[in-house]
Amino acid sequence: MNFQLSEEHQQLREMIRDFAINEVAPTAEHRDEHEEFDRGIFDKMAELGLTGIPWPEEYGGAGFDYLAYCIAVEELSRVCASTGVTLSAHTSLAGWPIFKFGNEEQKQKYLRPMAEGKKIGAYGLTEPGSGSDAGGMKTYAVKDGDDYILNGSKIFITNGGVADIYVVFAVTDPEAKNGTTAFIVEADFPGFSVGKKEKKLGIRSSPTTEIIFDNCRVPKENVLGEEGQGFIIAMKTLDGGRNGIAAQAVGIAQGALDAAVDYAKERVQFGKPITANQGVSFKLADMATEIEASRLLTYQAAWLESNDLPYGKASAMAKLLAGDTAMKVTTEAVQVFGGYGYTKDYPVERYMRDAKITQIYEGTQEIQRLVISRMITK
Amino acid sequence: MNLQFTDEQLMMRNMVRDFAKTEIEPFIEQMEAGEFPRHLLTKMGELGLMGITAPAEYGGAEMDFTSYIIAIHELSKVSAVMGVILSVHTSVGTNPILYFGNEDQKKKYVPKLASGESIGAFCLTEPSAGSDAGSLKTKAVRDGEHYVLDGAKVFITNGGEADVYIVFASTNPEAGSRGISAFIVEKNTPGLIIGKDERKMGLHGSRTVQLTFENMRISAENLLGQEGDGFKIALANLDVGRIGIAAQSLGIAEAALEAATAYAKERIQFGKPIAKQQGVGFKLADMATAVEASKLLVYQAANLRSEGLSCGKEASMAKLFASQTAMDTAIEAVQIFGGYGYTEDYPVERYFRDAKVTQIYEGTSEIQRIVISKHVIG
Repeated sequence: MNFQLSEEHQQLREMIRDFAINEVAPTAEHRDEHEEFDRGIFDKMAELGLTGIPWPEEYGGAGFDYLAYCIAVEELSRVCASTGVTLSAHTSLAGWPIFKFGNEEQKQKYLRPMAEGKKIGAYGLTEPGSGSDAGGMKTYAVKDGDDYILNGSKIFITNGGVADIYVVFAVTDPEAKNGTTAFIVEADFPGFSVGKKEKKLGIRSSPTTEIIFDNCRVPKENVLGEEGQGFIIAMKTLDGGRNGIAAQAVGIAQGALDAAVDYAKERVQFGKPITANQGVSFKLADMATEIEASRLLTYQAAWLESNDLPYGKASAMAKLLAGDTAMKVTTEAVQVFGGYGYTKDYPVERYMRDAKITQIYEGTQEIQRLVISRMITK
Repeated sequence: MNLQFTDEQLMMRNMVRDFAKTEIEPFIEQMEAGEFPRHLLTKMGELGLMGITAPAEYGGAEMDFTSYIIAIHELSKVSAVMGVILSVHTSVGTNPILYFGNEDQKKKYVPKLASGESIGAFCLTEPSAGSDAGSLKTKAVRDGEHYVLDGAKVFITNGGEADVYIVFASTNPEAGSRGISAFIVEKNTPGLIIGKDERKMGLHGSRTVQLTFENMRISAENLLGQEGDGFKIALANLDVGRIGIAAQSLGIAEAALEAATAYAKERIQFGKPIAKQQGVGFKLADMATAVEASKLLVYQAANLRSEGLSCGKEASMAKLFASQTAMDTAIEAVQIFGGYGYTEDYPVERYFRDAKVTQIYEGTSEIQRIVISKHVIG
């Protein structure tokens, strides 16, 4: 057993931390305030080889592992959770299903440009009437000659409007038990459009939109996996995706803790730094401990996936603990900063707003508990 | 023991509920965009809500303290902004004059404050003196028939809109907190400089500013009480003011709980309302229990005060518990709304942003614990 990160992983972490501090952090507040996505940041990540970390070099990837990918998301999220999720959705939700279920043509045509960062990926599962109950979706795909015609809409799509490639799910056989199919949709397919952009509490510089299929014609070559395999692909994709979110949550929490610790050491009241008060220092101790546990769970799930071992329970646990930790830690971080923490002059209020979504998307905490309890009680 | 509201208190509750629904609710969007609700305060003045407990001889409605707390509670359910504006205006903006002023000061200032023609504010906090308010540095130097004030204050609610500021400054720096004096400062006094508006996480529409006093000359007649009484005056009014903030917290928590409950009954997933899932139902049960306990703590403190009984411990407990409940309930309410709760289309993300500050101002939760533990340990 070995809990040390390899030198390669350490170097990757340092490289990304540097990038995050110099290229991402300076504009994070502005982008949050103005709900601005910066394509330039994504392009710079591509130059650094960060947009296809776990994919083999034969598909344009870095040929590294899922742990490296989690470290990347964590380090980015330490300064900007929006940038963290941009990469996570692109890699885990769009890249992974094509890597696992795509044929050679699809991997060269779609995975390669995503891995190289030339194109951005997204994932379209959720609908107004089907959130946690993803199986209740109502987007339909009807065979028409060599094509499928898609009709319906999806909501809450991360990278919506900036993505070129969307992995989407539609019902091909309403009667069947496994009647959903996965498709690769390009943004310029006729009948595909981007709808409303959500105004959000946090991760405001990650665009979240509706996507609309209005007689959208998708060639049969763009079926991902088999007809009827859609739901399984969707769920398996989320199994890994939720570990990316766990990494994002760990990053958010760590960034908030670091800021709180620095402030608590500097802020003098009653003649001493506020860390001299157990009311503050014990809080910091609890925060640090929960982050440590969350990080270990996240890295464990990544290690299991990298080693082709079952990781579904591990990733659900990681996402559950890390999300709750991020919410608690950031709420306490604002507290440690006092009145200043409530203003936009300090970053912690942004971290608190960003943290909340990690308890909701890619499977709410309630869904994580369902997944975990089913696994441990069966 | 009697847990019923009196007829008068019920009338207050119904009147404020009505006002909140017809006048405040339509203005929430503008407040979120940053507009200060001056016209609503004028209307509240017309309804006798700006001087609820002030004696009739000074233009007040001379109602009991509990009625005032009911008003803050009900206002805050619709808008936490209206709740804090009223609480600050009354408890720490008007009451210092009412309880510690001489007859001339009371006659000069209270009638206009009670009618809402004037708005009150309270200036204690400084950049280096938050929880450690006693270490404030603003100076007041006697000069003939005047005092000359120099210094800076921060996080002043109603600042920039107020007509009357209760300002705390040191007339005797050697004596530490015992050297602090309280003054009544009118707006537009030369040397009173309204500084920047804080950009806050929540409570948008409530103005929170920095102020500086630059060689600000005020009449010695504006000294409140005696020199050296300042800290005692500040704490006495904060001790009671925190019941108002506890009521504001209660309002936020109730609003979040009601919204979440209504949504959980409507939102169908997996063929049934999500309220029927224990994961959600149990959450609502816990939230409702905490809100009930908060309500009882708030009204216990209010009632003790109404009866003229000592309420320091109870007020702190109410503020500590109710603000924690507001934060927890708002976080869970967003959770129950799922992805929708994270968007600006639903009110729960506003409750989330508004709730946090209730754990910080008018005595952080840590200060409340210090107060309570002193009472408990003796």
